[in-house]
This record gives sequence, C-alpha cells and structure tokens, in this order.
Amino acid sequence: MNNKFVWTKKDLLGLEYLSAAEIKFILYTAGSFKEVTTRQIKKVPALRGKTVVNLFYEPSTRTRASFELAAKRLSADVLNIAVESSSVKKGETLIDTGRNIEALKIDIIVVRHNCSGAPNILARSVSSSVVNAGDGWHEHPTQALLDMFTLQEKLGKIEGLRVSIIGDIAHSRVARSNIWGLTKLGAKVTVCAPGILIPEGIEKMGVKATTDLNEALEGADAINVLRMQFERDTAVAFPSKLEYLKNYGITTERLEKCKKNIVIMHPGPINRGVEMSSEVADGKNSVILEQVTNGIAVRMAVLYLVSAAKEIRR
Amino acid sequence: MTPARYLIKNGRVIDPANKIDGLFDILISDGKIEKVGVSLDEKCDKMIDAKDKIIIPGLVDMHTHLREPGREDKETVASGTRAAVRGGYTMIACMPNTEPAVDNPKTVKLLKDIIKKDALCGVAIVGAITLSRAGKKLADFTGMKKAGAIAVSDDGSSVEDKDLMLEAMRGAKSGGMLVIDHCEDTKLSAFGMVNKSLISTKMGLKGITRASEYEMVRREIGLAEKCGGHIHIAHVSCGESVDIIRKAKKRGVKVTAETAPHYFALTEECCATYDTNTKMNPPLRSKEDVEAIKKGLSDGTIDAIATDHAPHTDSEKDVEFDLAPFGIIGLETALGLALAELVDKKTLSWSALVEKMSINPAKILGLAGTGLKKGAPADITVIDPNREYVYKKDSIESRSKNSPFIDWSLKGRVTDVFVGGDLVMESESIKART
Amino acid sequence: MVVREKSKVMDKEGIDKALERISHEIVERFEVADDIAVIGIKNRGSYLAERLVLKIERLIDKKLLVGALDITLYRDDLTQVAAQPVVHATEIDFTIEGKKIILVDDVLFTGRTIRCALDALIDFGRPKRIQLAVLVDRGHRELPIKADYVGKNVPTSASELVEVRLTEADGKDEVVLCEKIP
Repeated sequence: MNNKFVWTKKDLLGLEYLSAAEIKFILYTAGSFKEVTTRQIKKVPALRGKTVVNLFYEPSTRTRASFELAAKRLSADVLNIAVESSSVKKGETLIDTGRNIEALKIDIIVVRHNCSGAPNILARSVSSSVVNAGDGWHEHPTQALLDMFTLQEKLGKIEGLRVSIIGDIAHSRVARSNIWGLTKLGAKVTVCAPGILIPEGIEKMGVKATTDLNEALEGADAINVLRMQFERDTAVAFPSKLEYLKNYGITTERLEKCKKNIVIMHPGPINRGVEMSSEVADGKNSVILEQVTNGIAVRMAVLYLVSAAKEIRR
Repeated sequence: MTPARYLIKNGRVIDPANKIDGLFDILISDGKIEKVGVSLDEKCDKMIDAKDKIIIPGLVDMHTHLREPGREDKETVASGTRAAVRGGYTMIACMPNTEPAVDNPKTVKLLKDIIKKDALCGVAIVGAITLSRAGKKLADFTGMKKAGAIAVSDDGSSVEDKDLMLEAMRGAKSGGMLVIDHCEDTKLSAFGMVNKSLISTKMGLKGITRASEYEMVRREIGLAEKCGGHIHIAHVSCGESVDIIRKAKKRGVKVTAETAPHYFALTEECCATYDTNTKMNPPLRSKEDVEAIKKGLSDGTIDAIATDHAPHTDSEKDVEFDLAPFGIIGLETALGLALAELVDKKTLSWSALVEKMSINPAKILGLAGTGLKKGAPADITVIDPNREYVYKKDSIESRSKNSPFIDWSLKGRVTDVFVGGDLVMESESIKART
Repeated sequence: MVVREKSKVMDKEGIDKALERISHEIVERFEVADDIAVIGIKNRGSYLAERLVLKIERLIDKKLLVGALDITLYRDDLTQVAAQPVVHATEIDFTIEGKKIILVDDVLFTGRTIRCALDALIDFGRPKRIQLAVLVDRGHRELPIKADYVGKNVPTSASELVEVRLTEADGKDEVVLCEKIP
C-alpha cells in the first residue's frame, strides 16, 4: 500500500460516499490492525487521550461491543450513551444531543439510529468525527467493510467475485452498504428476496435482482444471508417463517448444489432454522464467527483513520 | 389619507389579459389605474422610472400557508404578506390548515380581521371542506362564504370518503365556491418520505408512489365530471397527473391545476443529502416528471404556478429526515425560479408566465383579475429582469427559513409593488403599513 | 518543501561493508546466538534487518529469528499530524519473551522512532535485552537513546535530511545527504 495515501474524510457515513481507493485503504489498514488483535497485549496507544462516544438510539449489543472494544484497543476512552427511541420526539433533538456531547470535548461519535440519514445530519452539525453504526434502512458501513474484509481474507480478492445477498433487501442497511462497497470494488452482486422485499430501482445500483434462490446460489463465490425480521413493518404482507425457510432458507441440500468452497456470511444475530439451518451456520463454509473477529480490526481501522481527518477539515 | 397619484414610466408592460406587451406608461390614481398609454406626461405625486424594467399585473398565489391563527411561530399574516410583497405578489390565498382550522364562519371572520389589520397585500381566505379537516363532516360553506371565504380545501390531506367529497363538490358548486384539492391517497403514501424510486431505495426511506397522487386526481376528476362542478387540483407533481388532467380537459371537465416552482426546479436527487428542506408533500419527483410538468405548463394543462408556501421553524426542520414536517417556503423565490427554469429555458414566454402566476390564478379564484386596464385596481409589480442576486437566509422576510434555495443565485428581482394603488415596496424596500 | 540532493554519503559497497562490520560486532558481543532475534523497523529498517540476518547466519551457520515492526500506532506525534500515517502490519511470528533483540533502523535522528519501537516491542513481551543497530547516525537526539552498532556517523545540520535508499524499496542502494529548501 502506498505510503502517500492520505485519508481526508472526517466521517464514515456510508460506503456510497467512498471511492474504491478509500475502501481498499480501509481494508488494508484493517489488515494491519488484525495483527494487533492477535497479540497477547491487544492494545496500542494510537488513540490515547481521545474519547469515542457510542451514541445508540437503537438497542444493539454486538455492534456496540465491537466498537467499544475497537476503541479500547486503540487506547481511546469510551463513553456509551443509549437513548430511548421513544423519547426522541419529546426529548432533546439529535443535533442538540450531538452538540452537547461535543461540549464534553470528545473526538468521535459512533451513532446508531433508527432514522435513515441521522448520521448525515449529525455530521453536518458537529465538528467531531461521526461514524455510522447503522441508520434505519440506509447504511451500515462497518458491517459491509468487515464482510468485504472477510471475503478478501477467504478468497484473496473482491474484484470479479460473484456475491449474492439474500433476504429482506428492502429493509436492510447491511444490504445497501454491501451493494455499494462490493460493486465499487468490482464484484458482481445479485440480490435475492421475495418480490415485496426487493426495493424500487435496486438494479440501478448496479446489481441483479431475482426472486429465485437457485439463481442467486448458482455460481456464487459467496453469499451474505440477511436476518429476517418478521416482527417489523406489519403493514407489509410478509411470508410466514416456514414458507420463508422453504423458499429462501439456506439448507445443507441447497448448499450441495453450490460451489464447494462457497463463503457463507451472516451479519448476525442468526435466526436458526429461518434464513439458515443450524448445520449451515455451523458448517465449514460458514465464516460467521470470523466476521465478528474481523469486525474489531475493521472498526479499529475506521476509528484510527477518521480521528485525525477532522483536523484536516479545519 | 387619499392615495397618491403615481406615474410609472418607460417600462415594458406585459399583460396578456389585455393583450399588451410593449413600452407604456401607467398612471395610478385613487387606488386604480387611470391610464395606460404611450409617453404619458401627467401630473403626479411620484414618478417611478421603470426604464429596462418589466411591469406586470401583481402576482397572485393560489396556495399559501400563513399559519395564523395558531402557529404564529412559523408565520403570521404580517410576515407572510411581507414575504409575498418581496416576491411580487399582490394577492395570496391562504389555506385553512391553521390551529384551529378555518372551518366555520367565525374563524373566517377572525382571520379577516387579522388580515385587515396586518396584511401588506391582498389575502383571500380558503375555508376547510370538512370540520377540523378531519374528513368526517362538511363545514358550513355558505356561512364561510358570507363571512368572506372564496374557496374550500382540506389542503394537507384529501377527503378520503368519496361520497362525502362528492357532496362537498355539489355543495361548493351550488354555493359558488371553488374546491381546491390536495390529492393524496394516504393508504398508498403512508409513512412515505421521498419519491418511491431509486432515491427512496438509496436513502433507505419509505417511498411515496406517484399513484398516491394520480389515482386521487383521477378519482376527483371523476367526481367533478359526475356533478359538473369545478375542481382545482393543487400542487401537481407527477407526469401521470398531468396526463389525466390533460385528458379530462379535452373531455370538457371543469378542471384546473397548479404546480409549484420546486416541482420544475428540483428533482428527487436533491433529497440525497437528507436536507429536510427537500422534504415536501407531494415529494420531489424524477427528471421525467419535471419534464412532464414543464410540458403541462407550456401546453396549458397546468393553468397556474402556486407556491405552496409552507413555513416551518428551524427547530422543526433541524431534525432527522423522518421526523421533519413536509413543506418549504416559496413566496420569495417563485418568480426568480420560474424565470430561470421556464422563461430562460424557453418553456414559457414572459407573457405566458404572467398568465400562470397572475391572470389565471386570479381567474380561477374568481377574483377581479382584469389586469392593467383603466379602472382596474392598481395591483402592479415592477421587475428588474437583469438584476442578479443571491437568495440569502438572513434576507428572508418569512418568519421561517425552510428553503432549499438558500444561497442560490437568481436573476430578475421585484423592485416595486403596488397593492390597490399603495406603493408597498419601492426600490426593493418594503414600506411599513400605514 | 523542496529537497535538494547535496552529496552521496554511502554507495552500494559502503552500505554492504557497514552491514558486514555490524554483523561481526554482533557476533563478537553475543557468545550464544540461540536466543537472538533481529527486528527491523518498517519499512527500510526491516530490509536492513533481513540483510543483517543473512550476514550473521553466514558467520555462525545458524538460523536467526527475524521480524518487522510497524511503529505507527506508537508515534508520539499522532495528535499533531494532519492525516493518519499509513499503518502497516507488524510481522513478529515468534515470542520475544526472554530474547536478545537487535532492533534495526536506517537512520537514528531524534530517537523518537526508537522510543516508539521500544514501547511497541515491550507490548509483545519482556525481552532479556534490546540493542540498537542503525545504518546512519546523524545526531540531534531529543531523547536519551544511543545506538549499539552504527554503520556510519554523519554530522548534519537541522535543515538537512538523510535519505537511505534500498534496492528493495527504491531500486538502488545509496545514502544521500539532502537539504531542505524552504
């Protein structure tokens, strides 16, 4: 990697806003951080004296834990703030909250929000770095970055890979970020879901859309299986769990027809027996736990890079 | 105080109502136009040199939200009419979705008193179709008309109950009132934020389909056809609506329609940054829709350009996109945008633009609208077509600043405005009410 | 900032001779070579470390442990830089616990890089001893750090730069004294 590459973005809001070179640079940097996470002392002083705030408007255990660990391994101080979504309407506005947090003299705000675009709005209102930890149905950039990092680790490259994203595409920020990232790095992406869960105009994002799982699996080098959330958006006629497993669940039988070394990813948490059978989730093609491990390296890389960039902007 | 005698000299007068386009002088006296002629040399209290300027009948906005009574933090009759004058309007029609709604003769009267006291330009009152705009029970049209309302609308929503709407149209017809119709099938648009297309997908927001608008346009035109009443379709945003209206007009249905400047000046792409000042209802649509709107304007399908001036405070708009209210202000930018997007790009001639922004709205609302001829009330707007300026946030007259056009460079600025013979703005400076 | 080359301090042969001499000195000072590990500081220090190891191995006919250390995350100027420097991977696939470490870098200047490297190394374990070998010592120390093996002492002024170019990274071997022209 070129020593001269200069990271200039103070925020990470989504992969839509990054160039292929920037995405590759994050992945390279994450590779360096992965080594740190294998040491006995898994801590480096890079962000000593900096403070990372996890501002979570939505409950999250794993993403928050991953960011927290990433920040701590960089020697940053971490402050966790959980805001009840229900109190948003009557309480303090997002911008006021952001400015108040900034007045605590912090450096990075990691934000998870149920409203799409909330990190964009926050980033315009504060001079601290803002890292999107998932916003509405919009983006979840660090998840896609760790998915791509894992893919690259397993298959050596991203360019030219055939990757299928299977599940509730319409309501998935993981899907959107993966689509942006993978297509920018030259992968061929197929999205697969029941018709009502394929959003309008998705093909214009450079992907193929299909309702046929067999088509999505055939020839795929990797699949990213999304979590089905049956409890959400009751206005839409969702298929039943059983019907979903039958038509879209990844099972051992289905796997037999796939490429032998197909990489199976899942952003977690898994609904065993819904989008994926237990045998597949725990099988040799599954990289689900490696994704979790890689998540820390990727988030360390992101926190490290954005933390200095805000000074460039000023 | 007797209104002064004014002489506007050397300007290009454009008035399609009286088929005028040329260099004329206008003499104003007693609040009325006394003379329109070549090289007038009359005695006057004040002469306005309109050399290189354009003189048109005052602009008429069919669709303004003045927010008074109830939401004076967003806008008042005083601030809203100041904004109107800045934008070249001499008459605006205000929508009834205030708090409480203008849904009874008493509130119409109350509003009328405020207007009399505070308004800098003419304000026509639109009453609600149903009580509290709840879509359940019809308001008292006759009473409201007697109190001074000129039209009815439940703007902000459609009357979902088809039978009730038909009854409303019949009532309005017999009472001699115009129905201004916000067309939206909320079953199709519920929780939508932006146009349903690639943009809603990219932004991860629920989309608002075109069908939520045009299916309702179709239904309402059907009802108008059935009862023979006049229906005016508000803020047309999509191509299908334009087509439906065009066909209805050909069939002879009494339908008129308006669009707003943002539907021809902006596309859905503008929403991508989650700027809440691009959130409006109906939403910004695609490039193809913009083209269809322009075509509708040029072929006469769309009769009028209205602002849908919808003030919201900074604190209401400075929130997550999902939580922000729909709507933008527009009185001060409508003319500049129309000149840039329609006249400069040859969609409309100056004269056609005056029709869309002054003559036709006045006609549809049933106002005098006789243009610049002898004896007509002196509602006149003088424009410097070459004056370039940047629309700055701190220059906004409206109490709210929710505009996506802030910092846009615009050309063609209103310099002087006469309302009923009163010079309420002179050389871009608005006079205090006397 | 413009940099002008002033003079060549070492050529290919000079570099090789210096490394040869250092390898002899190391062998002389360590009686048993069993627990020696050579760790170069990325990027150029790690190339020098590899060359040094080859030379020592030839002298003692024994394989040595060799690693590469990226000290970016330990830099004390991270809060002052405009953009984060590129982080490369550290490659030390052995335990340094109880080892005698020869730390290798190209130029010893203020001593701050070496301070970073010491901190970084100690996060990997507790070596028995750490010694420092550099190709060039140009003076101007800002920390109490001294090299145990020096290829060449080059007196410099503050406005000068010492550029070490190595075949592995730059296509040729030379050490050049440059001047910063503001």
